[in-house]
Amino acid sequence: MLDFELSEEQRILRKQIRNFAEKEIGTVAAELDEKEEFSIELVRKMGEMGLFGMFVSEEYGGSNVGYVSYIIAVEEIARVDGSTAATIAAGNSLGIGPIYYFGNDAQKKRWLPKLCTGELLASFGLTEPNAGSDSQASKTTAVLDGAEWVINGSKIFITNSASDISGVCIVQAITGARPDGRKEVSCILVPNGTPGFKAVPMHKKLMWRSSNTGELYFEDCRVPKENLLGKRGDGFKQMMMTLDGGRLSIGAMGLGGAQGAFEAALKYSQERSQFGKPIGNFEANAFKLADAATALEAARLLMYKAAWLREQKKPFGHVAAMAKLYCSQIFKDIAYDAVQIHGGYGLMKEYAVERFFRDQRLLEIGEGTSEMQKIVIARGLGLDPIYK
Amino acid sequence: MNIVVLCKQVPDTESKIKLLGDNSNYDQEGIKWVLNVYDEYAVEEALKTREAGKAAKVTVLGLGPKRCEEALRTALAMGADDAIHVEDPALDGADAFAVAKALAGALKGVDYGVILCGKVAVDDDMGAVPQMLAELLGIAQVTVVSKVEIEGDTVKAYRDVEGGAKEIVQAKMPVLLAATKGLNEPRYASLPGIMKAKRKPLVKKTAADVGSSAAENKTKVAGWSLPAARLAGKVFKEGELADRVAQVVKLLREEAKAL
Repeated sequence: MLDFELSEEQRILRKQIRNFAEKEIGTVAAELDEKEEFSIELVRKMGEMGLFGMFVSEEYGGSNVGYVSYIIAVEEIARVDGSTAATIAAGNSLGIGPIYYFGNDAQKKRWLPKLCTGELLASFGLTEPNAGSDSQASKTTAVLDGAEWVINGSKIFITNSASDISGVCIVQAITGARPDGRKEVSCILVPNGTPGFKAVPMHKKLMWRSSNTGELYFEDCRVPKENLLGKRGDGFKQMMMTLDGGRLSIGAMGLGGAQGAFEAALKYSQERSQFGKPIGNFEANAFKLADAATALEAARLLMYKAAWLREQKKPFGHVAAMAKLYCSQIFKDIAYDAVQIHGGYGLMKEYAVERFFRDQRLLEIGEGTSEMQKIVIARGLGLDPIYK
Repeated sequence: MNIVVLCKQVPDTESKIKLLGDNSNYDQEGIKWVLNVYDEYAVEEALKTREAGKAAKVTVLGLGPKRCEEALRTALAMGADDAIHVEDPALDGADAFAVAKALAGALKGVDYGVILCGKVAVDDDMGAVPQMLAELLGIAQVTVVSKVEIEGDTVKAYRDVEGGAKEIVQAKMPVLLAATKGLNEPRYASLPGIMKAKRKPLVKKTAADVGSSAAENKTKVAGWSLPAARLAGKVFKEGELADRVAQVVKLLREEAKAL
């Protein structure tokens, strides 16, 4: 049986978040983007709304709204601003997710309540200067010395890792070698402020200019051995599971951003007149908007299906990769056309499509490039592209 | 002291209103429904009063078809304690009087000191139910309220009157207060609030339970018409600037009668 209706709760949630996003985020997004400013005030407001910890149980301070609702929330925020959506998406799926799914009770009790209110942010330290798609190339190491891990190495492009409220980073480190000769990878919780751990905000980004991105350095950084997340050697598995979920977030950001760019273009096409009539009435523009509306409808079905699969605890990774790939692509296409419809004004910062045009660029790169999504999808077809 | 808040579900003001073919009503297909904005002020004021320790419980009361549950759940998600929903096809097309009578019936046996509501619903702009309800209940009423102070069983309400002045009205409970813009800034329903709202009680009442139906109507809607389509604007591009300004002023005075 198919049912395309959202539940009453999901409709209320969408309406409330849309309202919140338009009033609290939409009014400051352009200025924050221009100043490259990460707003802690906005994080706190989003914490009050319950936008962190959306799949965390109430016991640990979450709202446990489920995956479809989570996707709707990210979509609604991305419809207004990509940077803020990045803070939420990374906060939930990369920061809170691994602690909630793989942490022990003490770790959850220590971190989750503060993360769910937005008092603190957690980050996921995976990418390294020379290890992007090829995460096996990681060089960061953690060596057990008595009761402590000693961590050395560096990470790059880590969202939410270097702000004044960044509380902890889940660091992927090599902790040894497996019997098959591959590297043994583990995740270790490293609180910001630990001696030997330096987090430096990265600036001059093309996109997501008001999200917090950090470059991390570990020099003989020592943390208690209890900070190991889950079991030693589970790091690779934990990362794959986290990225499966992260794809849903990025997909939702593509979907929401595409919706925002589409709405701006549609509105502009009805307001702007040339040759004596609104430009939306010219077929050249009307067809662009018709294509965009069609792509959005298709993308939303794919996206919600991926979220639904996860909510139903069915295998979802393959469809999540498709959703991430497709939603990022349509955001690219729709943002491009939205600028085209705006003409010269679309190149100016006074118009939101200029920001959407820049923000979409990340989505085909972050949390697995579009090319890597195709690897995941191809493997789901029983093919085996050799990237091992 | 308990507070009852009247909540009406109305079309989002951004909805495009189309009439049915026979002009008997507007087409409700494809409308986005929301909680009336003035009722949001009323909900917020009730919640603030409870949070200040001056009320024990906030009950929201609404009338309308099944879909209105969403407006009531929104109020519950904002923080109201429970809800009463009067839902019965016999009330379809009920006018202000029949609605007021139904609401009065629904409040039988309900213990309250204050009834809060919006001064008007932004769909039909009637602005009559609050006054009628207060009359039917035989309680004091203050309308167009932008500030409320509660001390014991005394309510001081500030009314917005012409010219920006405030009329200060004092009344003993029970009292009905009809809110206007400026009373407060309604909160958003948080995600935990939305989840909690699902578990809060929502009681259904029928037309028979509340002793009213559309048969009680005192008025009948004869038909609907849409406002005339707005004409395209005029742009003055030719000639000297001073001449163009003069033309605009002339038209504003003679045609638009705006000056």
